[in-house]
Amino acid sequence: MDKKHSEAMWDDLQPISENGLLDRRAFFKGGAAFAAAMTGYTLTDSTAAQQLVDAPWSTVPGNLVNTYGTPSRFEEHVARSLSNPDGVPRTQHGRTPHHLLRGTFTPNGLHFVISHSGNPDVDPEQHRLVIHGLVDRPLSFSLDALMRYPMVSRMTFLECGGNSAPLFSPEPIDTTVQGIHGLCSCAEWTGVMLSTLLEETGIDPSAKWFIAEGADSLALHRSVPIAKALDDAMIALYQNGERLMPGNGYPMRLLLPGWEGNMNVKWLRRIQLTDQPALGYYEARTYAPILPDGKAYQFYFLQEVKSFITHPSPGLNLSGPGLYEVSGVAYSANGRISKVMVSADGGETWAQAALQEPVQPKAFTRFRVPWRWDGGPAILQSRAWDEAGYQQPTRAEITARRGQASSVPNPLRFPSQHFNGPTSWGIDTNGEVKHVYA
Amino acid sequence: MFTPKYRASALLMAVALGPIAGLAQGPGLGEPLSSEDFEAWDITIMPNGSGLPSGSGTAVQGELIYAEKCAACHGPNGEGGLNARLVGGEPLTNGIDTGKTIANFWPYATTIFDFTRRAMPWLQPRTLTDNEVYALTAYLLAINNIIDEGDVMNAETLPQVRMPNRDGFIPRFPDRIP
Repeated sequence: MDKKHSEAMWDDLQPISENGLLDRRAFFKGGAAFAAAMTGYTLTDSTAAQQLVDAPWSTVPGNLVNTYGTPSRFEEHVARSLSNPDGVPRTQHGRTPHHLLRGTFTPNGLHFVISHSGNPDVDPEQHRLVIHGLVDRPLSFSLDALMRYPMVSRMTFLECGGNSAPLFSPEPIDTTVQGIHGLCSCAEWTGVMLSTLLEETGIDPSAKWFIAEGADSLALHRSVPIAKALDDAMIALYQNGERLMPGNGYPMRLLLPGWEGNMNVKWLRRIQLTDQPALGYYEARTYAPILPDGKAYQFYFLQEVKSFITHPSPGLNLSGPGLYEVSGVAYSANGRISKVMVSADGGETWAQAALQEPVQPKAFTRFRVPWRWDGGPAILQSRAWDEAGYQQPTRAEITARRGQASSVPNPLRFPSQHFNGPTSWGIDTNGEVKHVYA
Repeated sequence: MFTPKYRASALLMAVALGPIAGLAQGPGLGEPLSSEDFEAWDITIMPNGSGLPSGSGTAVQGELIYAEKCAACHGPNGEGGLNARLVGGEPLTNGIDTGKTIANFWPYATTIFDFTRRAMPWLQPRTLTDNEVYALTAYLLAINNIIDEGDVMNAETLPQVRMPNRDGFIPRFPDRIP
């Protein structure tokens, strides 16, 4: 494409907020020329023509097709970051590299994992799912049996209750979008609705909760209101079309769309219907955030509306003034994302982002907005709204209600949970992107 | 994905808890089982004490077991080490990142029994006898001055222990609590 033509076209587009954010419909107005100008994340001026020749890989037959594909050797940096790579006997976290992904679902090998006592090596033939307690008929299901049940597929995000916890720091922590928001991912899950299995066991009218338990060494268990079982709880068997990864619960996990990650019990082996919650370790202690007055929230089921910008973000520096696409993900436990606004001046003025269709409930929604960086300081920030009418709170609103950590925490620690305020990326005149508060 | 009809039925059911009509029909391949069949898995203890096994223990007995099986990770006398501190705790008003302990946070003593039996020792979970778990639970409660050193913990006494932070919690979404 003719670069000069492209820039002339850009000059016709008026910013719709301060600091260079453009109309999200510029893609359509500008047509192919605009689209071509936007194909790269960073656009440089080094487009001088050069003589094109065959590269070495173009002159010999290529490598063998393998039985299970892996990414190009040039993509080895696209990896989870690990909190406990040596497997010290405590929790291990693997965080999703959002800044290196551009779609709406997370590849299975990059889906976030938290394993409190490692990933058990479950033999699917021996594994059983038992449903008992306040049911008419206690039943045991083998994986083979479940494979014959009617299944459904749905996109849904999973998010640790402690995701984004570095944002409780009283000062911005110098880390990446992976460090701040890496305990959140999105996949297409396929499996059997829990309600289908409960139809077979029957439900005693006194059942109000169910307790899900895993086959890991902790036998991790969480209590869930029975209404969720009858709404959209799934026994997930497939993740993005293939069987679950071990770190995500192979051969089966509980999937509670939109609800706190830890409740989506992995390696699921037992569901007990009860008339009360168990108040086990993880719900009585761990996922009960302390409030400024010394009380604590209990049963913080929902992962409320949130968004963050993945491009640009720390590690993806701008290579010079010009056109960029600001992009990120938004999601909510309360349904579909209805609107995402983006600011390039720290929240003073806003432009509405385009949402990638289809916008699905309780799933990542990719948002995008064109931006002309003039080379000056900028602070990028996003805020999301969901179809239930909730809006992502401001940082000030959250800290007023929930408080802040008493000191700057280790970024791998969790001073509290369920932070869904905005994330701000500061850009200096060199194009370097850093985490800031605004 | 749900069809509208399916979803409406599920919601109706959530209210009525009647027969599950209109939901996806399974092939009926669940195998019946009796409570004896899964006794080893049926380990959840409720705050009201349901699920607690027979047996008992005291803090004096628990101290010896603690030294042998717990102190390597949790430090002598529950002071903490590689893993969590089990004695004492700062007031929760010190900050939202105050360390949560048995003394300052846990609402129910039954959770101590449940988690110790379920998950401890970390490298050999579910190897403690029920008497050992009662004794360790008694020890942890006693070093936190919640019970006396000579108090016997069993299926009757443990649910009656009143934890200091019992009333310290607010349901985040009260309309979703059944």
